Order: sequence, then structure tokens, then C-alpha cells
Amino acid sequence: MENFTPISAFAGGLMIGGAAIVLLLFNGRVAGISGIAGGLLAPMRGDALWRIVFLAGLAVGPVLYSLATGEAISIDVTSSVPALIIGGFLVGFGSSAGSGCTSGHGVCGLARFSKRSLVATATFMAAALITVYLTRHVFGVLS
Amino acid sequence: MTRVIVAGLAGILFGVGLTVSAMINPAKVLGFLDLAGNWDPSLAFVLAGATGIAALAFRTILKRDKPVLSDGFQVPTVSAIDRPLVWGSAVFGIGWGIVGLCPGPTFSTLLQGRWETGLIFSAMIVGMAVHRLLRRVVSRNQATTIEAE
Repeated sequence: MENFTPISAFAGGLMIGGAAIVLLLFNGRVAGISGIAGGLLAPMRGDALWRIVFLAGLAVGPVLYSLATGEAISIDVTSSVPALIIGGFLVGFGSSAGSGCTSGHGVCGLARFSKRSLVATATFMAAALITVYLTRHVFGVLS
Repeated sequence: MTRVIVAGLAGILFGVGLTVSAMINPAKVLGFLDLAGNWDPSLAFVLAGATGIAALAFRTILKRDKPVLSDGFQVPTVSAIDRPLVWGSAVFGIGWGIVGLCPGPTFSTLLQGRWETGLIFSAMIVGMAVHRLLRRVVSRNQATTIEAE
């Protein structure tokens, strides 16, 4: 557990929750990333720009963080190319079919005490834990 | 226009939060998901912070008649626990366990100049589009079947 970083993790979590609060309080929208992105695949008039700007903000945030703190951001990817493609596809397909991802179900849904989101969160957490167990400790592939 | 600016600021705050918490790093996420390995429980603190503060605030916010800048809250109203919710979430979880990035952090990596996460991003968008396409085809077929009957 030498990589354990509970304080920065909690602080970052408060910011993520804060962003969800701002979006709901001012715009009445749920900060579910897969939902916000999915809405752009069949955009409705007057409903696209805020989505684009929010998603652009997600990408700009880390850049501003680096500029402000001078810290480099670690992004370590160890998966093989086929794993990146298959995994990425499943993330998109599954979050679309399940109507949400970590942010929509895990943060906003649980914060509204939605039973649907509780089931979704328990399901994707379990599936992810089992997948990592199988790929790292049983088959020793993909990682 | 104000709403668009607020959305942008919320997006930036979200992106900074993903960076500070290191959810932007696939290795960190996979370390959290690897219970049998060198387990790093940090990301449980991300969820506790994010969901905790949101739960405290959402209660008060949703008691309002409407949001500050728009005419109504657009929160999900579906309450049925149906099959797509469960199998979709399971499929998403499998993908998350393979790449270590969920949709939010995938967007946050886009300006970091990394082809690997660009590849994950492209595959993710294709996955979303394919699901939407299939759903449209399936619901059209069901409609035709009902008509035929």
C-alpha cells in the first residue's frame, strides 16, 4: 500500500462532487459523463453547446492544474493495444446500455439515493474487480 | 449563455478533481481494483468525498422549485431495475477493469498528448454509437413485429 494517497483522493473527490453540485444547482443537470457525451451523438437543438463546453472543461482542467502547480500528471498505461481497443469499446457500449457510468450512477445517482444507481454501481464495481482479478491473477494477460 | 459558462467551469472543476485524485491515471485505478494484488484503497476516498458532499447538497438543491439558471431539474425519472441496466453496467465494469479509465477521466486525458488514451477514447465513442444504433434497430424491429401482429 505504498501508493496510498487518501488525502489527495478525498480532496479530488470533493472537487468532483462540487462540480456535480454546481451543474445541478445552476443548470438543473446531472453530471453523468457518459450521458452528457451520449447526448451529442443525436444532438437536440439548443442542447449541444453546454455538453461540448463541459466536456472541453474536463480536458482543460488537468492542463490548468499542471500550469498552476508545475506538476507533471502521471498517466501510466500498461495494457496492450488490443486490450485498449476492446476495453474502451466495452466502456462506451456498456455505459450507454446501462444508462450511466462512475459519475452518473456512482456519484450523482447514489447522492440522490437512487436504487437503480445503487444496483448499477454494485454491478460495475463487481464486474471490474472480477475482471482485474482474472486478467492479473488467473490468466496473466492484458496487463 | 451563462448556463454554458457554468457548464464549462463545472467541467474544469471536475477535470481538476480527477487530476488531484489521480483517477486520470489508469495504473492508479487498476491498483484500486486489484484486491488480490498490492491493493491501493485511495479511490474509495474519491467516491466518499464526491458522493458524500453531493448527497449533502443534493437534498437541499432538489427541494428548490427550479435551478438558478433554468426552468426545471432534468434528473432521471426511470426507477425500474431492468435488464439493460444490469448487463450494461456489467459490460461497462469489464471494460473499466481492462483499461482502468471510465468516461470522465478518458475525456480528461485528451490534451495530455497520449496516443494510448486517445485510442481508448476513440473506441469508447464507437462503443456508445454502436449501442445507440443497435437500440434503434431493435426498437424498430419490435415496432414492426407489433404492427404485423
